Amino acid sequence: MSLQVDNLRVYYQTLRGDVKALDGATFTLADGEIMGLAGESGCGKTTLGHSLIRLALPMRFIEGRVTLDGEELPIWDTEKMNDFRFKKISIIPQYAMNAMNPTRKIGRMTAELLGSRKVDFKDILPELKRRLDLVKLSHDVLDMYPIELSGGMKQRMVMVLSTLLDPSLLIADEITSALDVSSQKAVAEMLVEFRNRKCCNSAIVITHDISILYQIADSIMVMYAGQLAEKASTETIIHAPRHPYTKLLISSLPEVGVKYTERRLTGIPGNPPLLLDPPVGCRFRERCPIAFEKCIEIPPFVEIEPGHFIACWKEAGTHAQA
Amino acid sequence: MKKQKKKNEFLYFTLRNRKLQIGLSIILFFLGLAIFAPVLARNEPFAYVNLRGAQPPSSEYWFGTTFFGQDVFAQFVLGLRATFLVGAIGGGLGTLIGVLVGFTAGYRGGIVDELLNMLTNIVLVIPTLAVLLIIAAYLEVRSIFTECIFIGLTAWPWAARAIRAQTFSLRTRDFVDLAKMSGMKPLKIIFTEIAPNMMSYLVMTFILQFGGAILNAATLDFIGLGPTNAVSLGLMMQYAVLWGSLLLGHWWWFIPPGAAITAIVGALYVMNVGLDEVFNPKLREM
Amino acid sequence: MLKLEEISKVYRVGAFGGKELHAVSNVSFNVKDGEVVSLIGESGSGKSTIGKMILRLISTTSGNIIFNDANISTLSGGNLKEYYRNVQGVFQDPFSSYNPIFKADRVFRLIREEFYPGTPDREWDAKIEDALCAVGLNPEHVLNKFPHQLSGGQLQRFLIARALLLNIKFLVADEIISMLDASTRIDVLNLLAELKSRGLSILFITHDLSLAHYISEQAVILYRGCVTEMGATDHIFDNPVHPYTRMLMASVPRLDKKWEHGVVDLKEKHAAVTGCCAFYDRCPIADKSLGCDKFQPMLTEAEPDHFVACYRHVER
Repeated sequence: MSLQVDNLRVYYQTLRGDVKALDGATFTLADGEIMGLAGESGCGKTTLGHSLIRLALPMRFIEGRVTLDGEELPIWDTEKMNDFRFKKISIIPQYAMNAMNPTRKIGRMTAELLGSRKVDFKDILPELKRRLDLVKLSHDVLDMYPIELSGGMKQRMVMVLSTLLDPSLLIADEITSALDVSSQKAVAEMLVEFRNRKCCNSAIVITHDISILYQIADSIMVMYAGQLAEKASTETIIHAPRHPYTKLLISSLPEVGVKYTERRLTGIPGNPPLLLDPPVGCRFRERCPIAFEKCIEIPPFVEIEPGHFIACWKEAGTHAQA
Repeated sequence: MKKQKKKNEFLYFTLRNRKLQIGLSIILFFLGLAIFAPVLARNEPFAYVNLRGAQPPSSEYWFGTTFFGQDVFAQFVLGLRATFLVGAIGGGLGTLIGVLVGFTAGYRGGIVDELLNMLTNIVLVIPTLAVLLIIAAYLEVRSIFTECIFIGLTAWPWAARAIRAQTFSLRTRDFVDLAKMSGMKPLKIIFTEIAPNMMSYLVMTFILQFGGAILNAATLDFIGLGPTNAVSLGLMMQYAVLWGSLLLGHWWWFIPPGAAITAIVGALYVMNVGLDEVFNPKLREM
Repeated sequence: MLKLEEISKVYRVGAFGGKELHAVSNVSFNVKDGEVVSLIGESGSGKSTIGKMILRLISTTSGNIIFNDANISTLSGGNLKEYYRNVQGVFQDPFSSYNPIFKADRVFRLIREEFYPGTPDREWDAKIEDALCAVGLNPEHVLNKFPHQLSGGQLQRFLIARALLLNIKFLVADEIISMLDASTRIDVLNLLAELKSRGLSILFITHDLSLAHYISEQAVILYRGCVTEMGATDHIFDNPVHPYTRMLMASVPRLDKKWEHGVVDLKEKHAAVTGCCAFYDRCPIADKSLGCDKFQPMLTEAEPDHFVACYRHVER
């Protein structure tokens, strides 16, 4: 077991009150697992990813336990997390292209970054060069300024940087969404390659693009309105989802080969609830075609088959009652 | 309903902002003095009322009298009027030209932009003082009004540059394209689509121009290029220095105008920072 | 209905405009009545530039855009307004399309001010209601609100409703659903399909092959401002000929099959090139003896209703 998250609750402080962006997440991540974290905008997927690495204002820790490789992470304390950040747990940010200081050459920036973690640049240089080869970047980039690199190159450079100390957990936040189709594929495949070569033990890939997850993830966890809806192997989520939200979401995705004249896809009627004052019970209730009286209570996230978790009174049936 | 709420929120932050409170009360205080100057001043500003010449403040002459026995307080409150006039007209003119040039250059772009930019840069590097010396040599009688015009005509380039940059970034927004596709004319687009988005910016530009004009006027007055037929705070300081008040220790002659200018301009800048906090939610003190 | 004839857009960049940047080079295609044409391309392909040129928001450097026998670059004043009565656009970012300090329905009011100044209130309200119903919005839910109080999907529908107020014949839809959530985007796409069946012509600009396939019967694929392949959507998707199209097809993430490994090329695309095929520096099958390094190939017919700009294809 690489990562274990228990009942994690993280709210956003605003002038009008707390936005309940992540309300009770419990899940585990196996060694070597690449888990896709999917959901629509505002479902809390980014909040979950970020709270594991840097929980800063306006984010507010409410409760929960996060254990990584048997060690509890003090995620409520940004200072203490410094010991873990980058070494044990690392992130490839969404706008990686802008994450680099434009006035520093990339090599020097890397050295400074390593220095802040008390690691000597010279010791790690051979490994750094091997990793650059892995992502097919020339060693010359270390003598270049960020502006001299294209978007895709910067993205790959940041990938190398974030995994340089072989973190146990890597969080990739929408790393492919700003890229062209061809670089998208390259970056996504590199992520898998990194995992295969143990540059990171396991990874959480946050994206709204489920088709990318289908290509690279071992498992997919779907979130809705700040809560977990379903987690299962990639094949199960795509081909045999159980949660009504997942079902509707997957069936609304246009794929190459589908034409509206032949098969008309439909969206999900309605809008996600506002998380400032979320409805009681199952948050999908109002849009759910199979909702019934029981849904006024919050459904537990239970395992209905080995590795298949779901939060739905109807679909989980007896598992939920037990 | 929502609009009401939004307005209230704005008002809430405006009234709650300490910097704005301080700045605004100082400005209002001096503005009050200026407005009620004719009532407050018990003597004509240039009348030789005190035959004993320079006297320190007393119950009869609140700010004392000058070397010639003129009432400093009368000069001061009437001088404040000139100061606010210069700020309003000079600063207003500077803002107006800056807005026109900035909007045109930023919205039209291309060759119009390049020409206006060139003009802006030329005015920016013209040595204001040298030009003023020449003008002063030609004009026998200079009024506060000419001073205002001159200050306005030389102060706009900074405003124009800032507004041009803002307009430039706003005009590429999709809603401007949408307005074009609604068949709207450029002028209408500028005033109904772009300008409202820059209101905070325009207000701040005016405040800065206002303060800058006051300061410029004081400088011009002090070096003897001010109006020849009026009283102003800058002129008071010039006369004070000319008639040796520094040497003779007539502090009541130059301190009030100097302090007032510093206070007014300072208060304007503090207000500017305060407004920045109100308009920009990121800077709001939590 | 709409005909693009060899249109190009060249930007002058660098000091004194010494460098030329070819954003769009000699692009020609037609959109017929009641047809959806997809304009597919990655970032920097010039697809949005073409859309903006059609909407007269950017001028063309050369070439003609003909709408119902009129060359639109010569339109001005009342004629231009008349053109906008027929042709409208919706853009990618729903939030940037609204002036943030005004209510969303102001976009309707502007239409009224400019195009229907004399319409009585009651008639106008009925018209708005019709337009909103046509795009599947409930007037009570969306009128009298600020943009940030509406969802992205609602805002995009709102803009389509705005275009419908004018009884438009042609809509430029520039990436209109790429910023919407998965569960709502398909509804907007279906709405376009519905409008098309009522006779509206649509230029659907997108980077997403699956969306293009879903909605359009004709497709144009752009790379660095040049058309690489165009024709019936089915032909292009079933039988991609141009190496660029093939690479796109191989890289697009699908839900029915996994990526094949090892076909990705990591050569970075540079700013537009001139004097060779636009795809020359990334092309796996480029052949100097055919002139790939000298000229941009012309479109030739690969099969009926399927055109390709590639020398290798001609050779085969």
